[in-house]
Parts: sequence; structure tokens; C-alpha cells
Amino acid sequence: MNKHIRAFVVPVIAVVVFLLFWEWLVWFNGWPRFKMAAPSDLPPAFERHWPLFLSMGWQTLWRTVVGLFLAVVFGTLLGMIMGFSRTMRDALYPLLVGFNAIPKATVVPIVALMFVGQHDFNTVLLAFMISFFPIAVSVSIGLSTLEPEYRDILRSLGASQATIFWKIALPKTLPEFFGALKVAVTLAFIGTNLMEIVSPHGRGLGALFDSGRTNSDFPLMFAVLIALAFLGIVLYYFVVALEKIFAGWAERAPG
Amino acid sequence: MQNLIEIKGVKHAYQTDAGPLPVLDGLEIAVPEGGFVAVVGPSGCGKSTLTRLIAGLMKPDHGEVWLHGEKVKGPRSTVGMAFQNPVLLEWRTILKNVLLPLEIVPSKLTRKQAEERARFLLSLVGLEGFEDKRPSELSGGMRQRASLCRALIHQPDVLILDEPFGALDAFTREDLWQTMHRVKEREPFTGVLITHDLRESIFLADQVVVLSGRPARTQYVLEVPSRGPRTLDDLYTPVAAEQLNILRHQIQIAQGRSPAEEGAE
Ligand SMILES: Nc1ncnc2c1ncn2[C@@H]1O[C@H](COP(=O)(O)OP(=O)(O)OP(=O)(O)O)[C@@H](O)[C@H]1O
Ligand SMILES: [Mg+2]
Repeated sequence: MNKHIRAFVVPVIAVVVFLLFWEWLVWFNGWPRFKMAAPSDLPPAFERHWPLFLSMGWQTLWRTVVGLFLAVVFGTLLGMIMGFSRTMRDALYPLLVGFNAIPKATVVPIVALMFVGQHDFNTVLLAFMISFFPIAVSVSIGLSTLEPEYRDILRSLGASQATIFWKIALPKTLPEFFGALKVAVTLAFIGTNLMEIVSPHGRGLGALFDSGRTNSDFPLMFAVLIALAFLGIVLYYFVVALEKIFAGWAERAPG
Repeated sequence: MQNLIEIKGVKHAYQTDAGPLPVLDGLEIAVPEGGFVAVVGPSGCGKSTLTRLIAGLMKPDHGEVWLHGEKVKGPRSTVGMAFQNPVLLEWRTILKNVLLPLEIVPSKLTRKQAEERARFLLSLVGLEGFEDKRPSELSGGMRQRASLCRALIHQPDVLILDEPFGALDAFTREDLWQTMHRVKEREPFTGVLITHDLRESIFLADQVVVLSGRPARTQYVLEVPSRGPRTLDDLYTPVAAEQLNILRHQIQIAQGRSPAEEGAE
């Protein structure tokens, strides 16, 4: 009981202290609204733009999820190809590393120019491009490091490659896969926002942020940041919940 | 009597970057039905390769492997295998791990019968009450016991054991030796045991094959006269001491060290 109170009360106190400190900092320095926002400015900002927050938040959410979904499908396929074939791994790995080394912020204007006006497509594409890499790498490593005995156990009974993949290789890579997915979900979110902020006439929370920026509306900008953090947390814990269901076995009992 | 396992003039080489690496060279082994052969030999001489050939996971370059009067051309469901690494699937319970082969091999058992059989095997090796545990909750010796049950669930006629007790401590290992005898009484099989432990070989097997260093030939075959269950005391008789002496001597030859040199040290 005591432990539960502590687990709940301590973080709440920490958040409250943080907000009070922030409020005090703004008040103490006398920063005006076009320079900085205080926590007390946020509820009015949310209230004023509530319908926008809902519609823009939805835009950001669905694009991130679609981009992430494509990244999972493509990344898993790529990982399977690289995990099963030595030759393909040697061929694709340098390409993949090179592609990943490019800071995605530089890709944003290129994509935006290439597919002018197709804002949904652009955003999903960027979310996808930025997030498939960790998935591909984790799946390929998971598959290629499968100990030969695992294969032999089933192969000696005459099992097909497909059976070995479904019964052993795939479930065995799930912990690595979810580890990568947690990274990917954050990355995809960054991708979506990059595109939304940079694109002219963009939509989504990124665009809302940008409109706050052009008007020096700090309360709006900070409210968007809070909304983004909220969405990011929701997505992250959604993945954590999936991980608990499908790869919960990988968690060692404490101690 | 017909031999259940027959290895005739088997030669095999691996293709490596540095050219072919001959591993087995003219291997001759015959195991009668219900027999138990132990294979000992220097490290890296090709013992695991031999198990893969018997299991049909590889084909030898030359020579033939026969099981049950049939030439081995590929994997067969009448084989059970266990390795030094128990390779249990962490996401399955012990019971589900044991049942795994029945998901591959066609079986006449109903689901319920299969489960009963798995429970029976687990109780035979002393894992009663652990059916619903995860592998990570078991000790190394217990995992090895579970792995043994999995190798037996589909009633294989050939059981191939590649250093199954190699990673266990001495007491656990001796425990498992006795378990093996108990299992073999209830679930007859023809066994091939790869081991580094000479005491293990004479305790479990009725025939010990010594392989020469790589490329391995059949260098020496020791017939162990006592059949069936044994007690640990049997390892401390003059007969056992004599057998161990012979085997140690043969291993030294296989390693390319002459016993005389050894004595002079
Ligand atoms: N797939 C492979 N490709 C190339 N060489 C291999 C391969 N598998 C094994 N070898 C080599 O063949 C030799 C015999 O290997 P094997 O695993 O059969 O030996 P072993 O007697 O089981 O060894 P240990 O006592 O260490 O278990 C070793 O030198 C090994 O390096
Ligand atoms: Mg070996």
C-alpha cells in the first residue's frame, strides 16, 4: 500500500514542483507572452484552439501510424532477406548504413519538392523512411544469430524452412523486434513532424506549431509541444503493451 | 541380427575458404537395435558432424549411413536429438516445449494422449510439477531433462545425444546418467552418445567407439560387457578401472601423444 502511494505521489509532486518552478521563472523574469509561455497560459491556449488540436492531432497520429506500419512491413521483409541470405546481407548492408547516415532533415525539402502538394503522401513517406532502419537491422540480426541447434531440432524431424521460421525464428526475434519498434515509433513521430513543420500549407500538429511560430504565439507553441508529448507517450506505450502481449516471455522475473 | 544403425566407410570434408577440410575418413560403426554406442574422440575430430550425418541433416561425400535397413537420404522423423545446449523455446512452457516435435511429425496420438505422454516423460525424468513453468525458471540440469523428453516424445527409434551433459556439474551429470538408464528401460531406443567423459561412456553405453584425431577414423571399439542399468558403484570396480585405462590410452593415441611420453613427464 505504502509503495503504491509512493509510486503515484512522488512523480505527481515532481511534476507539480517542475510546473511551479517554470511559472515562477516566467513571472520572475517578467517575460511577455511573445517571448515565453508559462504553464498557466496553456489551458487557455488549448481552450481557444481545441477543435484545431483535435483535427490536427488526428492528422499527425494517423500519418505516423501509417508510416510506421509501412516501416514494419518493409523493415521486416528487408530484415528477413538479410537474415536468411548471407549474399543479400553483404549487398544491402552498406546501402542501408549509408542511407541511414543521411540526416533526414536534409531529405525533407527534397521529398517536399519531389511530390509537391501531396502532403499526406510526403509526411507518411518521411515517417516511413526515418523509421524502417532499426526494424530491418534488428530482424536481420535476430534471424542470422539464431543458433544452428534451434534449426536442427526441427529440421531433423523433416520440418520445412517455413515451419522453422514460424515456430522458432520469428518468435525468437520478437524481443529484438519490439526493442527496435520502440525506437522506430519515436523516429516516425519525428519524421511526421519535420514534414508538417517544413511543408508550406501543411497540416497536423507540426503545422499548428508553425502557425504559432509565425505569430510569436508562445502559449500555442508550448501547447502543441505538450500535445505532441502526449501523443508520443500514447504511441510508445501502445507498443509497450503489444510487447507485453507478444514478447512478455522475454522479461526476466525481477531478482 | 540386423544392425539398426550402420555407418559404412563414411568420408566427409567441409568446403572452407582454405580448401577442403577432411573431417571424417572411413568411419565404420554398427549399432544393433536397442544398443547404445558412445563415441569419444579428440576435440574437433568430427563427432558432431557424425551426428548430423546420422540425423540426415547432411549427406556424406562418400560411404553410406543406414538406419533400420534403409539408406539415409534426408531427415527422418524417427530420430530424436538433444545437444549440449538444451535449446528450449523460452516463449513456451516446459510441456509445450516437449510437445513441439508432435507439431511436425504426424502422430496417431490425440491432443490429450500426447499431453499425457509428455507428462509421463516429464515425471520419468523427475520434472513432475514443472509442466507449466518457463525454461528460464529451470536450472541447467532440469532444462537438459526437458530437452531429453522433447527428443523422446515422438517415440524415435534412434536417439542422438551430442554431449548433452557436457555443461553440467559432476553431481548433476551423475544424476542424469541414472535418469538415462531409467528412461531407456521404459522407452527403449537405440542410442548414439557423443561425450568427452570416459566414465560417462562406460556407464551409459554398451559399446564405446574411439575416433582418431581429424580426419576421424574408427580407431578402437570397446565392448562394455555389463548391459542395462548400472549403479555408480560399478564405476569403481577393477573391471571399470581397466576399461577406463584402455580408453584413456586410446585417446592419447588419438591425440597423437604416445603413452610412453606421457609416463616420462
Ligand atoms: N559447417 C562447417 N564448415 C566448415 N567447417 C566445419 C563446419 N562444421 C564443423 N567444421 C569443422 O569440422 C571439424 C569437426 O567439427 P565437429 O563439430 O564435427 O567436431 P566435434 O568433434 O564435434 O568437436 P567438439 O569436440 O568440439 O564438439 C572442426 O574442425 C570444425 O571446425
Ligand atoms: Mg561437437
